[in-house]
Amino acid sequence: MNVLDIPASTLRNDIAAGRVSAVESCRAALDRIASVNRALNAFNLVDGDRAMARAQQIDDRRKASESLGPLAGIPIAIKDNINVRGMLTTASSRILEDFIPPYDATVVRRLEAAGAVIVGKTNCDEFAMGSSNENSAFGPVHNPWALDRIPGGSSGGSAAAVAARCVPIALGSDTGGSIRQPAACCGVVGLKPSYGRVSRYGLLAFASSLDQIGPFARTVADAATVLSALAGVDPCDATTSSEPVPDFSVSLTGRVDDIRIGVPRAFVSEGVDDEVRRAYEGALETLRREGAALVDIDLPHAKYAVPVYYLVCTAEASSNLARYDGVKYGYRSPAAKDSLKEMYSRTRDQGFGPEVKRRIMLGTYVLSAGYYDAFYLKALQVRTLLRRDYDEAFERVDVVAMPTSPTPPFRLGEKTDDPLQMYLADVFTVSANLAGLPGISVPCGFSTDGLPIGFQLMGRMFDEATMLRVADAYERVTDWHQRVPAL
Amino acid sequence: MLQENCLHFAFCILNYDDHVSTTLTIADVERIAALAQLELTDEEKHLFTKQLADILAYAEQVQAIDTSGVPATAHVNAIQQAERDDEPRPSLPVDDAIVNAPDAAADAGLFRVPRVIGG
Repeated sequence: MNVLDIPASTLRNDIAAGRVSAVESCRAALDRIASVNRALNAFNLVDGDRAMARAQQIDDRRKASESLGPLAGIPIAIKDNINVRGMLTTASSRILEDFIPPYDATVVRRLEAAGAVIVGKTNCDEFAMGSSNENSAFGPVHNPWALDRIPGGSSGGSAAAVAARCVPIALGSDTGGSIRQPAACCGVVGLKPSYGRVSRYGLLAFASSLDQIGPFARTVADAATVLSALAGVDPCDATTSSEPVPDFSVSLTGRVDDIRIGVPRAFVSEGVDDEVRRAYEGALETLRREGAALVDIDLPHAKYAVPVYYLVCTAEASSNLARYDGVKYGYRSPAAKDSLKEMYSRTRDQGFGPEVKRRIMLGTYVLSAGYYDAFYLKALQVRTLLRRDYDEAFERVDVVAMPTSPTPPFRLGEKTDDPLQMYLADVFTVSANLAGLPGISVPCGFSTDGLPIGFQLMGRMFDEATMLRVADAYERVTDWHQRVPAL
Repeated sequence: MLQENCLHFAFCILNYDDHVSTTLTIADVERIAALAQLELTDEEKHLFTKQLADILAYAEQVQAIDTSGVPATAHVNAIQQAERDDEPRPSLPVDDAIVNAPDAAADAGLFRVPRVIGG
């Protein structure tokens, strides 16, 4: 038995019962990373010594019969835009290439309190800006199912690491689909919680009204367990909600005969690859057979979600990324010694990559005098209309189902010259962030080329439980999630 | 008075058909780059002039939507109370706060920067 092939929940119980040690599990993860990372480039950093020391602590606790957390001994990878104290955290950007955070993100504290063993930091698009992981200053991540394909983005390294059996769990961040889309591209489960469900303290901010942290896992049940560990109010993030946090795994009953699934037929009728459509229709049919009712819904403003998203997220990014100025941390241009202003602008031009600069420029433009009302304010108003579409839909249905990505993972380099084409890949994922809703991507098939396809469920705000129940019920009667890429 | 006229003029442009069409010039890109504290290369200026114009032309479709009387959503949890008692709490020690600075004056606990005035 390979410890990396079993679900995290089973592994945790094996470790707690002494059938497998945390050290053994950690060693297996580190060995697997060492053998596949050259091909994948999924990790920016692996800290084997730290991980082995933590794993030893878990084993010692077990031997001393101390209580073990729900993730005891589970090897976990963290996206490189989330702070782990003392561990290089770069956001895959040159401007932070030697930044060592002096504090832990709240999610990191909570994972370690639950017993998780952090093995390293995963590659991503620079500052989480991208849908293909090609915007990393440290080179793209390769898809474990086809090395010439994108792993999705921005959390591509986390998705690839879970798909390639390096770790059973990884954290990502999702501002417009950055967990769900790479999960679909790599054939794993990716969960974006409701806005406010999980603290962002220690997440390097991209767009603060949209950013949310969530897990990648190979099963819905594992994602639910991690969400229970991560969720809850945090005094260090004023946007976290005091909404009670249930034990999400309790809701996974396998039953969907009381569930109404909203199907936005008009919205998904255009621009969807045939194989993705067939897989999506197949997933709906499976859920219908299991007893769920399919209900047609209309989301008249969903087609504007991409332009609204790129106006809102760039505006917020232009403000959030003002902090990278060569003063407090990170890179400073050695070329400008005589003037502060010159130092700022030269540092930022040399330190940021092209997509980050493009978004800062776009955001600065839409917030500037003369364009604010026509672009930024207008986008916020359309955001309200989009939220109302979902509010109305959720009066009649319990979850909404869509494809996660309109196409299977495309080739590396295919869209790098055309940012707008790249943005359109986010058509089905950005709505959840704009409306604050939870979303999950679950494997639902493969293309004839053997590339993974995922479908997405979205739930009511703070009703992850129902969404997870439907996703889990689907997973129980399908085996897409059990396939392993041949690496 | 002149100022008032200018303001009025700008207001009219903005509200004309509720539509701002997007043509970008290199000078516009330079102006935005200066606002964003980015010293772009000539190559970047040319590339961004075209790419930003394409993206903005695409985004212009939102201007056709009737949003009269629709409030803006800046934040989905906007009604939540996030106030707390104003009591001092422990914060990041100065040594930790400056440890990543490219040029820290560690003895004084300060960030050092190039000349601000007259530079």
